[in-house]
Amino acid sequence: MEKVIIHYATAGTLESSDAFVTVEPHDDNGLEIAIDSVVQNQFGEQIYKAVQEVLDEQGIVSARVSVVDRGALDCVIRARVETAVLRGKGDME
Amino acid sequence: MMGKKLVKSIREAIILSGLKDGMSVSFHHHLRNGDYTLNMVMDEIADMGIKNLTLNASSLFDTHASLEKHIRSGVIRKINTNYMSAGLGHRISEGLMEEPVDFRTHGGRPRDISLGITPIDVAFIAAPAADCAGNCSGKYGPSACGSLGYAFPDAMYAQKVIVITDCLMPYPLKGWSIPEIYVDYVVTVDAIGNPQGIVSGTTRITRDPVGLLMAETAVKVIQHSGLLKDGFSFQTGAGGASLAAARFLMDLMLKDNIKGSFASGGITGYLVDMLEKGCFESLMDVQCFDLKAVESIRKNPAHQEISAMQYASPAAKSAVVDQLDVVILGATEVDTEFNVNVHTDSNGRIMGGSGGHSDTAAGAKLSMIIAPLFRARLPIVTDRVSCISTPGRDIDVLVTQRGVAVNPKNEELILRLKDAGLPVMDIRELKQIAENITGIPNKHVHSGRPVANVIYRDGTQIDTIYSMI
Repeated sequence: MEKVIIHYATAGTLESSDAFVTVEPHDDNGLEIAIDSVVQNQFGEQIYKAVQEVLDEQGIVSARVSVVDRGALDCVIRARVETAVLRGKGDME
Repeated sequence: MMGKKLVKSIREAIILSGLKDGMSVSFHHHLRNGDYTLNMVMDEIADMGIKNLTLNASSLFDTHASLEKHIRSGVIRKINTNYMSAGLGHRISEGLMEEPVDFRTHGGRPRDISLGITPIDVAFIAAPAADCAGNCSGKYGPSACGSLGYAFPDAMYAQKVIVITDCLMPYPLKGWSIPEIYVDYVVTVDAIGNPQGIVSGTTRITRDPVGLLMAETAVKVIQHSGLLKDGFSFQTGAGGASLAAARFLMDLMLKDNIKGSFASGGITGYLVDMLEKGCFESLMDVQCFDLKAVESIRKNPAHQEISAMQYASPAAKSAVVDQLDVVILGATEVDTEFNVNVHTDSNGRIMGGSGGHSDTAAGAKLSMIIAPLFRARLPIVTDRVSCISTPGRDIDVLVTQRGVAVNPKNEELILRLKDAGLPVMDIRELKQIAENITGIPNKHVHSGRPVANVIYRDGTQIDTIYSMI
């Protein structure tokens, strides 16, 4: 079933090797992903892919997602995104 | 006659020194990030309208980032240094200067000063204590920093030498380290630096389990290297894992009753403890890293100040680094040929410098790098470092939390460590383990113009750092 983010939620920290993820409702029903990473040049695409995959797995079709990454491993980024999504998601109205 | 040296202001001293456009000025870095002197002098020089200077500083810290304005206005045309922290380093990497910065080593700088390759017109020596004739020391005064080792070549070879102090003592200063024979002028100021930034009150052992594991492994490598016996000599940096290694080494030396000869370099309280407990006969101190080291060099005759030349200059008739058994060093990157980068971050931006890295690596019988497999997702072992600071031929072993890689040239060490049951593996294997966890990073590709030359201790250029676009 298609899901959307219905309220603002966060997960993670700004510690080195972690990521801070926020999700919030998207007014125009769509997905918007913003990534700010200290390893943008080295891993930017891989981080984007990880975020996208978690959103797909969770069936999210509408959200604003922001990831401020301090060099987290892929598994950490996935866990933080998943947690933020679980905290913020609900059924589409 | 003596009174003539003591002048009223920095400006008066600069005028008397005859400093003119295009000349070279120098500074030492013992006051580290607490230094006021370099900025104070450069502001005065700028105000006097002098331009096109070469700045020769043994190291530059974030507190010196305000030099940017003097570079933009043409007061400073060229920088020679051994280390530059990220504050100014990133600006240089963005292309701030037309002429590339020349990076040397702590041994290469005094070499090139003494050989006249980088002549100094006016040296400014921040002195925590001085008398009216210029005898000066780092051991006393409110801004005490301990050793003044890196200031010696400046004092000995500059055309004019200006001592700047915030603690003028009666002549003759007791326990001077730089003698009056080199000094032209003495100036007093309110403060040469902020004591809080000069030395850290405490330098601490890491509590990170990865760091502790690496330190334990590092000491096992030393233990089984065949070098740990009476007469042993040692150097290590002030990083958390290196300090932990020093502490574990102390425990081992005390347990096995090993009487070492000396420890050298930047001195921390941990090395002072080792001296006081009898692990070493002497400390050879070119720079103090903490208050305990400052206290020790003031009180303990076995804790000796050495000049930058005696520390590491290849032009000196002999130097301490050539007597070293083991040195523990850090790295931002190591490549599969064991080349080490300590100049740039993984994006190729300047954030450091060799300091004594390549000097000690060249001199020591066993040069060890301690580094985690990756930091903030960035693998440490790469196919090719973004900048060669120390050539791989001078590195013997890389210690990580997962395994130890020995430079294949050191066959005896490989056998010794394998016999001791240490996890010896190929450096490419370590790279693979890291990449399995982090993913494979996109390669850094430089696209700009040269912003810095990396000059090895023998005067040859070993790499070039390019601007970031």
